[in-house]
Amino acid sequence: MQIEEFAPGESFIHRMDPRVKITATVVFSIVVALHSSVNGELAALALALVLVLAARIGFGSVLRRLAVVNVFTVFLWFLLPFTARGEAIGTVGPLAVYGEGVDQALQITLKSNAIVLTVIALLGTSRIFVLVHALSHMGVPDKLVHLLFFCYRYLHVIHEEYGKLVKAMKVRGFIPRTDLHTYRSYAYLVGMLLVRSFDRSKRIVAAMKCRGFKDRFYILHHYDMRRSDYVLAACSFVAAAGLLVVR
Amino acid sequence: MHIAEGVLSAPVLATGAALTAGATVFGLKRMDYEQLPGVAVLSAVFFVAALIHVPVGPVAAHLVLNGLCGLLLGWLAFPAILVGLTLQAILFNFGGLTTLGLNAFNMGAPAVLVGYVCSFGLNSANPAVRTVAEFSAGAGAVLLSGILVACSLVVTGESFQTAAWLVVAAHVPVMVVEGIVTVFIVEFVRRVRPEMLQGYA
Repeated sequence: MQIEEFAPGESFIHRMDPRVKITATVVFSIVVALHSSVNGELAALALALVLVLAARIGFGSVLRRLAVVNVFTVFLWFLLPFTARGEAIGTVGPLAVYGEGVDQALQITLKSNAIVLTVIALLGTSRIFVLVHALSHMGVPDKLVHLLFFCYRYLHVIHEEYGKLVKAMKVRGFIPRTDLHTYRSYAYLVGMLLVRSFDRSKRIVAAMKCRGFKDRFYILHHYDMRRSDYVLAACSFVAAAGLLVVR
Repeated sequence: MHIAEGVLSAPVLATGAALTAGATVFGLKRMDYEQLPGVAVLSAVFFVAALIHVPVGPVAAHLVLNGLCGLLLGWLAFPAILVGLTLQAILFNFGGLTTLGLNAFNMGAPAVLVGYVCSFGLNSANPAVRTVAEFSAGAGAVLLSGILVACSLVVTGESFQTAAWLVVAAHVPVMVVEGIVTVFIVEFVRRVRPEMLQGYA
C-alpha cells in the first residue's frame, strides 16, 4: 500500500498552511466540477499542472495515479458518444456518433484529471495527520476528526496483519478461483481481521482510560498564517474566480 | 462503486452532501467516546477489505462489505463509511472530494437500512433463517448501492441512461459474491467473538 508518497518534499506548496490547502482544494474542485465550458476546463487542467510542477513531486507516480482515474474516463469514451441523444455527427461502423456525447466525455475527462491533479498537488503533499489536525481547526466535528485520526492510525497496523495472513495463505498454496472455497477463505481472512481489530480496540480503550482520557484530545500545536499563506490563499481565490469567468 | 469527479450535476451532488452530513451528525450523536476506537478500527478493516480483489468469473471485483458494516455498526456505519471514503479519496484518488457526500450516501444508506432490517434474523436459532438474513444483508446492500448510483446518473442527464443500466448489471454478480462472503464472515465472527454481533445499533 503505497501512501503519502508525495508528502515528503521541500517545495513552497509542502510548506503551505494546511488550512489554506484544504480550502483552496475544496473551492477549486467545486468550481471545476460544475464548470460547463471546455475552455474553462482546459484552463483548470493547465492550472493543476502548474501546481504539480510547483510541488516538485515525482511525475511518474503522478501519472500512475492518473492512469487509475482514467480507466473510468476511457470507459465513458466508449459509451457516451454512442448513447447520447441529439444530432449524429458521424458513424463508427454500424454505430452513430453523437456530438453531445463526445462533448460530455471530453468535459468529464478534463474535469476529473484537473481535480485529481489538484488534490495530489495540494492535499497529497501534506501528511494525513496534518490534514486531520487542520480539519479540527476548521470546525469539523470533534468525533469525526477523531474517527479519521484513529482510522488512519490503525490502517497501517491492520494492513500489515492483512499482509501476514495473505502470506500465510499463499504458503499453504491458496490460489483464488471462482468457487466457494475461495470465497470462504477470503471471508475467514476478513473475519480474522475483524476479530483481531475488535480485540485491539478493547486494548486501545483500556490504554486510554489508564492514561486518564476524558473525551477530549488537546490540541497543543496551533497554526499561524504567515504572509506567504495569505498571498497564496488570495492567489487561489483569484484563480478560482477567474475560472468562473472563462466561458 | 465510486462516481468520479465532474460527472454529476450540482443539485445531485448537493443533495448527497446534505443527506450525508445529516446522517453523519445523527450517527456521531449515537456514538460515545468509549465506542470511538472500535468504530475507527472497524472502519480501517473495511478500508483494507476493499483492497481484496476476489475473482468473479473472468474478472475480479473488490469487496465492498457495506452490508456487513451495517450489521456490525448500525447507524455508526455512516460515519465509518464517510471516514473510509475520505481517506480513499485523499490517499488513492478513488472517488473524489465533490462526490464524497453522494458516494458516502450511496454506500451508507443501504448499510444502515440492511443493518436494521436483517439484524432481526441475525440471532435466530434456526441456521437457515440466519443464512437468509446474512445473505440478504450482504447482497441487498450492494444492490441498493448500485441502484442509488444508477439513480444519481439518470437524474443528472438522460445521456447517462445506458451507463446507469450497465452499473446495475455490473453489480449483480458482485452482489451474489458479497452475499456469500457476508454469510461466511458473520458465521465466523459468531463462532469466534459472538459479542461483536450485539451491534452498536
